[in-house]
Amino acid sequence: MTEPETSPGPAPAPAVHLRGVGKTFAARRGTVVALEEIDLTIGSGEFVSLIGPSGCGKSTLLRIVADLLPPTTGEVAVNGKPARRARLDQDYGIAFQQAGLLDWRTVQANIELPLELHGVDRAKRRARAGELIELVGLSEFARHRPPQLSGGMQQRVAIARSLAESPALLLMDEPFGALDEMTRERMQNELVRIAGETGAAVVFVTHSIPEAVFLSDRVIVMSARPGRISDVVAVDLGPRTDDTREAPAFYAAITQVREALRGRPVPATADVVADVEKARRNAAEGAL
Amino acid sequence: MSQPVGRWLARAALVGVALVALGAIWEAYKDWGPTDGVKLFGTRVLPRTTDASMPHLSRIWHAFGDPEVGGAITFGPSKTVFDSVFDSAVHTLRWAAAGFAIGVLVGMLLALLMDRLAVFERALMPYVVLSQTVPLIALAPLVTKWGQGWDFWDRWMSVAVIAAYLAFFPVAVGMVRGLKSPTAVHADYFRCSAASWWHTLVRLKLPASVPFLVPSLRLAAAGAVVGTIVAEISTGLEGGIGRLIITYSQQATGDPSRVYAAVIGAAALGLTALLAIAAFDLALWRYHRGATTR
Repeated sequence: MTEPETSPGPAPAPAVHLRGVGKTFAARRGTVVALEEIDLTIGSGEFVSLIGPSGCGKSTLLRIVADLLPPTTGEVAVNGKPARRARLDQDYGIAFQQAGLLDWRTVQANIELPLELHGVDRAKRRARAGELIELVGLSEFARHRPPQLSGGMQQRVAIARSLAESPALLLMDEPFGALDEMTRERMQNELVRIAGETGAAVVFVTHSIPEAVFLSDRVIVMSARPGRISDVVAVDLGPRTDDTREAPAFYAAITQVREALRGRPVPATADVVADVEKARRNAAEGAL
Repeated sequence: MSQPVGRWLARAALVGVALVALGAIWEAYKDWGPTDGVKLFGTRVLPRTTDASMPHLSRIWHAFGDPEVGGAITFGPSKTVFDSVFDSAVHTLRWAAAGFAIGVLVGMLLALLMDRLAVFERALMPYVVLSQTVPLIALAPLVTKWGQGWDFWDRWMSVAVIAAYLAFFPVAVGMVRGLKSPTAVHADYFRCSAASWWHTLVRLKLPASVPFLVPSLRLAAAGAVVGTIVAEISTGLEGGIGRLIITYSQQATGDPSRVYAAVIGAAALGLTALLAIAAFDLALWRYHRGATTR
């Protein structure tokens, strides 16, 4: 009943569906509104970035989708299920800014961990981890332990781990935030490739405008105090390659997002207008 | 792998050097120190150097080979002091091991309880700390008395219980810290993976607590040995090294070398216990923080 979208036809439920989501935290004096009236639907296979100033609640929003935090108001559906059910069913994979690997396990065993937790038998675990290690290009390091790897490599292991159960949705909270610029761009290329190959929808929290633009189909621009969606910028750059980073359209999109962050009017291209209108309408509905 | 072994050997060598140095200081003081010891404000701070106070190391060494004369003449091959010291040390070690095992078990269970429910930690921790201020001597007769109520109870069990009383404390305190040591990212990840409490414990919390547990076990092992020796004496249990030290010191009139021999036996006993922990530590090297970094 929470999911009207599932009824009309064979189309799959959206990866994420948020309606009127708000979050307030108790503070020493009164309450702090971290998120207010968030409406957002992310289609299956869609790559969406959340960007905004510190304190805009983008990480909080991700944590709500992951069922690490309960929303104060509103409804959250992941894969057409309540967030808690989706978490228990392992409908999403997750990666954080810190890789969060277990230092005492090898790369292979770290990637096998989620499968191990869910009772997948040893042979299947081995095979799946093997595939993923290849996917993230760490075949030579399968038997290494995390402390022996660079930050970028650790993050690749964390991404492989998040993909272990072939989730339809990947949640990523600034996974490249601690990496140097060159490693970061390489990781972005890989992530685009991986998301394409696995067909997973991705919700990607970041501080970096070029990163958001390079990776996403849509960039959700948020403002702080209270955290709201202020704009939605659709990015249409076709298949991403290293040349994409030099393309005029790439810079144009960056400018668009930057201006959206500053609150200036966004240049009118048809679909952007539509998205922005929708976001405004949603926000207005929420305010009523 | 080979690295921790190498580091460990180097450390063992250093301990050996320290032992030789200690022996050299002992002998040097005995030969050149004042016969009547050194007094400060009427209190003797360094012992007399007479044979009755400080036998030569060689004399102590030979004491191990002396025949044990318990008064009666024994038939068959006669026991040497070494045999007595060795046998009693083995007995004491067994009791201490039992006490250690109970202590570790109780300490871990308490830690799990305190980690699982914050209420338990707030309620129990003060008592855990307080428990260590009760003097063992006061505890010994109590424990012995409890034991007398049960048929299956043997007197050594009282000793083991007292040893456990000393051993559980560092384990409980260290383990609580260890169980809480995983970072927020790890906790979030396990929650996102819908891992059960048991899986989180076995796959995350226990491995993460190893670096905290090993020093705790070392303290617990030392505590168990000391507790056993003190408990042997205060409960009057025979057959262990604690009792042997008392017996020898009562026999020693002019020659304390046997007492020293027994004390060395007790020290070797403690060393054995610590070596066992070190071996355990070595076996778990991969759980040490950054064990594989250089």
